[in-house]
Amino acid sequence: MTELTPALRLEGIVKTFPGVRALDGVSFTVLPGEVHALMGENGAGKSTLMKVLGGIYQPDEGKIFIAERETVMISPLEAKAKGVMFIHQELSLAQELSVAENIYLGELPRKSFGRVDWKTLFDRTDAILDKLKVGFNARTRVGDLSIANQQMVEIARALTVDAKAVIFDEPTASLTDAEKVVLFDVIADLKAQGVGIIYISHRMEEIFRMTDRISVLRDGSYRGTLETAKTNEDEITQMMIGRSLDLTRNFEHVQTGDVALRVEDLSCGHLFQNATFEVRQGEVLGFYGLVGAGRTEIAETLFGLRKPTSGRIFLKGKEVRISSPIEAISNGISLVPEDRKAQGLVLGMNCRDNITLPQVSDLRAGPFVAEGAEVAIYDQYRDRLAIKAPSWRAIAGNLSGGNQQKIVIGKWLSMQPEVLIVDEPTRGIDVGSKSEIHNLLRELAKQGYAVIVISSEMPEVLHVSDRIVAMYHGEITREFTAEEVTEDSLIQAISGISGDAA
Amino acid sequence: MAEAMVKSVGGVLARQGILVAFLVFMIGFTFWNPRFIDIDNVFGVIRSSAILGVMALGVTFVVIGGNLDLSVGSMLSFSAIVVLDLHENPAFGPALAIPAMFAMTLCLGALNGFLIGYLRLNSLIVTLGMLSAIHGLTLTYSGGQNMDIANQSATWFDVFGRGSALGIPVPVLIFALLAAFLGIVLAKTPFGRKVYAVGGNGTAATFSGIPRARVVFLTYIISAFCVATAGLIQASRTMGAQNTVGQGLELEVLAAVILGGASLLGGSGTIFKTVIGVLILGFIQNGLLLAGLEFYVQFVVTWVIIILAVWLDIATKRGKLWSPIA
Repeated sequence: MTELTPALRLEGIVKTFPGVRALDGVSFTVLPGEVHALMGENGAGKSTLMKVLGGIYQPDEGKIFIAERETVMISPLEAKAKGVMFIHQELSLAQELSVAENIYLGELPRKSFGRVDWKTLFDRTDAILDKLKVGFNARTRVGDLSIANQQMVEIARALTVDAKAVIFDEPTASLTDAEKVVLFDVIADLKAQGVGIIYISHRMEEIFRMTDRISVLRDGSYRGTLETAKTNEDEITQMMIGRSLDLTRNFEHVQTGDVALRVEDLSCGHLFQNATFEVRQGEVLGFYGLVGAGRTEIAETLFGLRKPTSGRIFLKGKEVRISSPIEAISNGISLVPEDRKAQGLVLGMNCRDNITLPQVSDLRAGPFVAEGAEVAIYDQYRDRLAIKAPSWRAIAGNLSGGNQQKIVIGKWLSMQPEVLIVDEPTRGIDVGSKSEIHNLLRELAKQGYAVIVISSEMPEVLHVSDRIVAMYHGEITREFTAEEVTEDSLIQAISGISGDAA
Repeated sequence: MAEAMVKSVGGVLARQGILVAFLVFMIGFTFWNPRFIDIDNVFGVIRSSAILGVMALGVTFVVIGGNLDLSVGSMLSFSAIVVLDLHENPAFGPALAIPAMFAMTLCLGALNGFLIGYLRLNSLIVTLGMLSAIHGLTLTYSGGQNMDIANQSATWFDVFGRGSALGIPVPVLIFALLAAFLGIVLAKTPFGRKVYAVGGNGTAATFSGIPRARVVFLTYIISAFCVATAGLIQASRTMGAQNTVGQGLELEVLAAVILGGASLLGGSGTIFKTVIGVLILGFIQNGLLLAGLEFYVQFVVTWVIIILAVWLDIATKRGKLWSPIA
């Protein structure tokens, strides 16, 4: 393999932003016909590196070589012309146009008088789609395709040029298992054609299945390259965060107190039906199920964002009606929402103002906001949650994902809730902050909070929960204690397969 | 060392770009025509900016809250016409005309706020429609006639536009006091904080238990209150008004607010910056007049200023001036 001319080589790439050295002399090489994983925590510099490669950012130092020819990437178009193609996690397709138009957008084949040569366009596109073995054709409107198929359109676009290197950025984030198989076949095909592939993912299972080598970034610097066949998860995690992530099962025996929240036969239209469960002070109740099973909707109903169609909610034994977040908050329910950036934070506001936002009307000195009290609250939760921010004046949008999530958790803890609901506590957060947040959730339960954790990650649910509620199609199918739950029984419960009568 | 200097100068430029541009502009015009920084001229500019300024204070709340208010121009005409008409009505007189006019103008603001806050309609459409509807309302009210105060020596009504206290013209005094008051409301009260939250990220505000509709509603009430105040100054200064006295002011107000650095996306801006924006706009228009250009050139210049201000704002955020849609 060493005699091959690298498809792509980066040498000593440095990129600084005001106050941050985002990339600190990163070098790595992708060989033709190789699938090369690029790993690192959020904020390690992966996306900055890809933006340098894609011509979106200009590096301060360093060189890019494509097929050993030095190249300056001045724009995304330039990158495409040089044969570097990106399959983005977020799709960038025109929903109203056909598959063929999307693939050849900007370079539609022409006839005389600038008319589009539709026949050539559709024929060429169908030829590419045939190779991908997809179930749609060149004339299909992109908006009618599933997310997975839209991703295939992006891939087809990459195949129209003579690609030297293709970068897949978290390509499986929104794919089903069957769709993943198709994607992996396509990647194998590209690999066989001698294209160099960079594969960015957090999912270890895929990394081990798909890649030949793994390069790791940490804090903007290159940490080394491993041969996939000769390494293991632990070694990679060590390289990424400097230690390993603890995701062992939770067998801690907790001293639970009174029932903090009891829900009886709660329903909300077709979203979920007859949900009955309770959570006690001092325990973590996990909600596990597929996306769309109704978990988030239950949380939103408890928080007054949705109107239940029937059912009853009891807080500390007293029935309550909750028809708005304001009422939920005054009843002692806090919700850390699933989408931190869209729902949790005002990104342009500073950390202090974000934390105190729900109680800003109560923190008053005369008619004014008591800013001293606000700073005190910020300081308290900065210390308690180990929030790493330059000061309370730091703009929330400039923090890392983990610290942003801690701000949101701090915001809701500072409301002194009876019940804390945390929806997807570690989505899009790096491994290091993940375990910090897991520990924090356990710690909160020990301090007597009633905590509900909603998660799509099984290891996470198993790691933090004392009891687990499994949901399928809007219904609670089963409830487990931490002692009795197994991965198999949990999977059955969330897929609608009725296990042994329990 | 030198590099650090360059960087910090660059940083100051980026953060205080508007102020720097303002100073450069002032110096440039002073060389052109030394009369520009004459004390009399400077005070003249401030005095003539007061009406626009008062309106811009209210629109700042609306814009930070993430909405637009294009109805302020025709709302100004409405309030000026109404207050003059009621002043002439023997059943009212000046003492009752003013509160009655405020109440009516606030109703218009409440309608804006209701449609945008509670029916969740697009603020551009609602206030653009109101621009036209209020114009029609004003003409209906006045029957198309201009309003004048017949016996100007028999009323104290001219105090708001022509009077002065402690040597300061009353319009300037009103502008300054209202700016100070609203500046404190915006920067220091829970309500002000909520306006920033609602404009910065409405969904997150909902999730934080902030009554978004009410906050938006109140920003339009504040805007209408400011327009009514400006209308009072306008009517009192000229002791008469045409039905179209506020025509086109909505764009100038918006220009001043954007020039001050409030983002049209909501969530950023301050009253102080808006005041700076108002003064810059005033001095630019004054400078053009002193340079011998016709007054209608300012309509074109206003547009150029809006474009430049938006462009520079976006460019500092993106870190580059040239950024085609890619």
